[in-house]
Amino acid sequence: MKRARTGEPSELDLLAIACLAPSLLYVLVLFVYPFLYGIFLSLRPMKVDGFSLANYIAFFSDEYQYKTVGITFRLAVPNTLIVVAASLLFAYNMRRGIWLERTITTILVLPISLGVILLAQGILGFYGGKGWFNQLLLGLGLLEDSLVLTHNFTGVMLSLFMQQFPFCFLMLLGYISGIDPSIENSARTLGANPWTVFRRVMLPLIAPGLAIAFALVFVMSFATFPSAILLGQATGATRTIAIAAYAQAFEQFDMSYASAIAVIMGIFQLAALLVIILLRRRMVMAATMGVGKR
Amino acid sequence: MKETIESLRFRITKRFGTKTVLRDFGLEVRGGQFITFLGPSGCGKSTALNIIAGLIPATDGEVWVDGERIDRLPPEKRGFGMVFQNYALFPHMTVFGNIAFGLQLQRRPAEEVRRRVQEMLELVQLPGFEDRYPGQLSGGQQQRIAIARALVLHPRLMLLDEPLSNLDAKLRIEMRAEIKRIHANLGLTSIYVTHDQVEALSLSDWVVVMKDGVLIQAGPPQEIHDQPVNVFVADFMGFRNFFQTQVVSLGPNGDVEAAGNGMTIRGKTRHTFTPGAAAVAAIRPDDVVVGGDSGTANAFRATVDIVEYLGREDEAIVRLESGGRLWVRTEARVAPGETVCVTLPPDRVIFLPAEGSGGTA
Repeated sequence: MKRARTGEPSELDLLAIACLAPSLLYVLVLFVYPFLYGIFLSLRPMKVDGFSLANYIAFFSDEYQYKTVGITFRLAVPNTLIVVAASLLFAYNMRRGIWLERTITTILVLPISLGVILLAQGILGFYGGKGWFNQLLLGLGLLEDSLVLTHNFTGVMLSLFMQQFPFCFLMLLGYISGIDPSIENSARTLGANPWTVFRRVMLPLIAPGLAIAFALVFVMSFATFPSAILLGQATGATRTIAIAAYAQAFEQFDMSYASAIAVIMGIFQLAALLVIILLRRRMVMAATMGVGKR
Repeated sequence: MKETIESLRFRITKRFGTKTVLRDFGLEVRGGQFITFLGPSGCGKSTALNIIAGLIPATDGEVWVDGERIDRLPPEKRGFGMVFQNYALFPHMTVFGNIAFGLQLQRRPAEEVRRRVQEMLELVQLPGFEDRYPGQLSGGQQQRIAIARALVLHPRLMLLDEPLSNLDAKLRIEMRAEIKRIHANLGLTSIYVTHDQVEALSLSDWVVVMKDGVLIQAGPPQEIHDQPVNVFVADFMGFRNFFQTQVVSLGPNGDVEAAGNGMTIRGKTRHTFTPGAAAVAAIRPDDVVVGGDSGTANAFRATVDIVEYLGREDEAIVRLESGGRLWVRTEARVAPGETVCVTLPPDRVIFLPAEGSGGTA
């Protein structure tokens, strides 16, 4: 909805600013300042006096460093697509409640409460070479050799999925079940089969929520760090950009270079967010009513 | 234009878990009529409508239209139109998109879609609204579009689920007339769900009164209004005064004389009583006459308790000498504390079976 802008500050605006002050302070102190300081730091390389783009040039001219961007995208993009698609599938089919709904939701959401490390340990144990998963398939004669599912790309994908699916699923479930059921009922009585209802009525209404889910899952995936170390190959196939930054900071002790890498990571995340938000604005129609948040 | 249905026949039971929402709720009606399901909230009337629409499966039972059993058909195959209480327009589509939706699914040529949408907008008196979004319309306009969206497909049966209950009082009366006009002009068969007896009486050819998932009484509005079968229907139809009595004597033509609470009341009944049986005497507030002579039949002395000014008339609660309370509507102005004589005209008093003695028809 478009709101009229008057341009002149009223008393209400001043009150609003006053009420906003604590949170504004919080954002300034805990986000804006460290962020700006990071940028500042990244422009003061250790080996050079004064300001220089040397760190950025170094990053993009060293293949070992710049290929982390590609690796991170290769992890984050498919993971985001899989997580959002799976969440949409589950949430859409559970929108009107299902049998044993609470139990199923609890099981789906449980990984959130466990934390990354415990989850990673579990995945290592269960999907590892000597784990139950491989033992079972070998025992049933379905496999000749153990599947390698950990300490590689697959392991990181598994871990990211398990961390992010519950979060994304809950978010979409809330969004979808907030849509008035009589909207889809009216589509049915107008001759639409369930698939047409999804495609022509529900999907456009879910789209704004879907875009937010995409954005959040992507940003989380792009910053992946513990999963990539614990379940991947931290020096090879899953050396994500976050690992590169960590290595510079705490192995090479070059905070300036590490800051530059962090800033590069942030720029990619912001760029992706920008693209998603622009797409979302095209999806949200001029005037809608009573459907979720916009 | 596709013909409207010839006949509708159903008998349905619906249980949600252990709760029975509809118990063997059945009806058989001719097409071309305006049928109303009337009852208090929670009586199962909306559930019944949704089952007919195919949006909820019945636990048990059958729905037949023109000799074809349809209760296994998905809603999109039934060819019924439905209008919802909260309009349920597609918020992401324009008015044109909403009305054209069903036609586009039928792959009608663009020219025909445009023409038929246009016709419908004229029918609901909103021409020129094609490009608006539902969020830019008032409640009444949204409901008109919802009606147009259902009607454009020439449904053989129109289902309306409390379509006016979200509108304000003035608009409700306007839209009521609108719905009646459209129903009559297009020769539709409509089923209308409401908890408002005025809506039911003013719109319907056939009223179905429901309570706790059971059909209590079905018939033309005059019959429901004048001859309710039990205290529940009578209460719903505006009989606000009820007196527990015992039948003293029975005359010809359903004349009854009964006594209770030190009062002897004469009236009429359509039920079969035996002398000594428990019966409830009922009369509407506006049938009570203020004045008369306390020596005559059905005339009692009373003290005025509370008076509400309603403009053309007063509504008063009076306390009878026998102790009972009586609701009265009268053009004769009365004042609290005043002693008056009230008369219950015997042809306006009806005797109903006492609750718990098998009152359903």
